[in-house]
Amino acid sequence: MSLYYVQKYLYELNRSQLVQQAHRDDAELAVRSFGDGGRLTEEEMNALVQPDIGQLYHFGVNGQILMHFAAFHQVEWPDYLESMREGIRIHGPVREGVYALTTELDAVNAQVHARDAVENPAPERPEED
Amino acid sequence: MPLVFAGVCSHAPGITGRAHLADPDQKDRLYRAFGDLREQLEASKPDALVVVAAEHFANFFMNNMPSFAVGMADRYEGPIEDPDWLNIGKFTAPGNPDLSKRMITEMMNTVDVSYAEEWLFDHGIAVPLSFLTPGFDLPIIPVNINCQGPPLAPLHRAWAFGEALGRAAELVPERVAVIGTGGISHWPATPDSGRINEAWDHDFMDRWCRNDKDALLDYDDLTVYADAGQGGFEIRTFLSISAAVNGAPGTVHFCEPIPIFAVSCTTATYDLSAG
Ligand SMILES: [Fe+2]
Repeated sequence: MSLYYVQKYLYELNRSQLVQQAHRDDAELAVRSFGDGGRLTEEEMNALVQPDIGQLYHFGVNGQILMHFAAFHQVEWPDYLESMREGIRIHGPVREGVYALTTELDAVNAQVHARDAVENPAPERPEED
Repeated sequence: MPLVFAGVCSHAPGITGRAHLADPDQKDRLYRAFGDLREQLEASKPDALVVVAAEHFANFFMNNMPSFAVGMADRYEGPIEDPDWLNIGKFTAPGNPDLSKRMITEMMNTVDVSYAEEWLFDHGIAVPLSFLTPGFDLPIIPVNINCQGPPLAPLHRAWAFGEALGRAAELVPERVAVIGTGGISHWPATPDSGRINEAWDHDFMDRWCRNDKDALLDYDDLTVYADAGQGGFEIRTFLSISAAVNGAPGTVHFCEPIPIFAVSCTTATYDLSAG
């Protein structure tokens, strides 16, 4: 998996009318000519071609890049937000990139709670009458 | 000469692009606040406006990501986004490469900055300019602080950058105005778009108003991410201007959460006479 190149393709598409035209003319060809040779996996290329906004979000594509790809495909704002939620429901949490910080944060919180539980154990409950 | 104007404001694309979806009264009050900001800027009779922004993968990408970049072009085009989506038509804003070069050269004495002779403005600069210089007739010097693609420069380096910017403005004869633009707490362009941590925003802006350096630098990215979202990384733009104004305190003119704009929309200025 190569989040860097998925985002790079979209970065170039967002910036360039030539890339936009190529993508409009033949998305499969445009994505494959960028992604072949190991830059992109089949799964990533399929998500770009379809497009599967939710799966791209799951891959970790930054929303500041992804929202323009959604707008390019005439996806309305509420539908764009819902596509990302759907992507998480289907594929699971964001797997890489800045939004994966949430997972890191959960791990940190879990460690803190575990440490607190050891250092300050909850008082034992009195025997119930 | 010393800065003639310094302020901060929001730049969310929804402010212009989704204006029709906001409460009209609240939107009008925000737009009036931007109008007041424009009047203050114009009254300062600036020769150039430095816009310290946090762009969003329009010019800079992870193949070569500068922590701090300053524009040195004679003109800048925008917006890079679809003009209909952003509701800002195509524009060309003038630059001042000679002034850029002199300021960059001075700044490089204390901070390492990249320079760019080509720069397409995204909403991070286009939205503020559409209010502050709607005729796109004031020379602009764009600045970018990487707030999007970690690893990000630590806050104390954004502070050092701001100090260098203030010093460079002081050493040139031109009348230089500066505006920092960014979010406070927000989760832009994600499924949590519209979520806003109002209490966090007020606490941050309180530190900002006091221009309390220690308090402004007392954040780390992981807790900012938890409390204020990825958009919270953009506080770098606000606090860099705080560093540029020699301790001048600030006044918030407008700061209200507007979820459809995805952020606590803010306009605020520094009292430069108190710096
Ligand atoms: Fe932003």
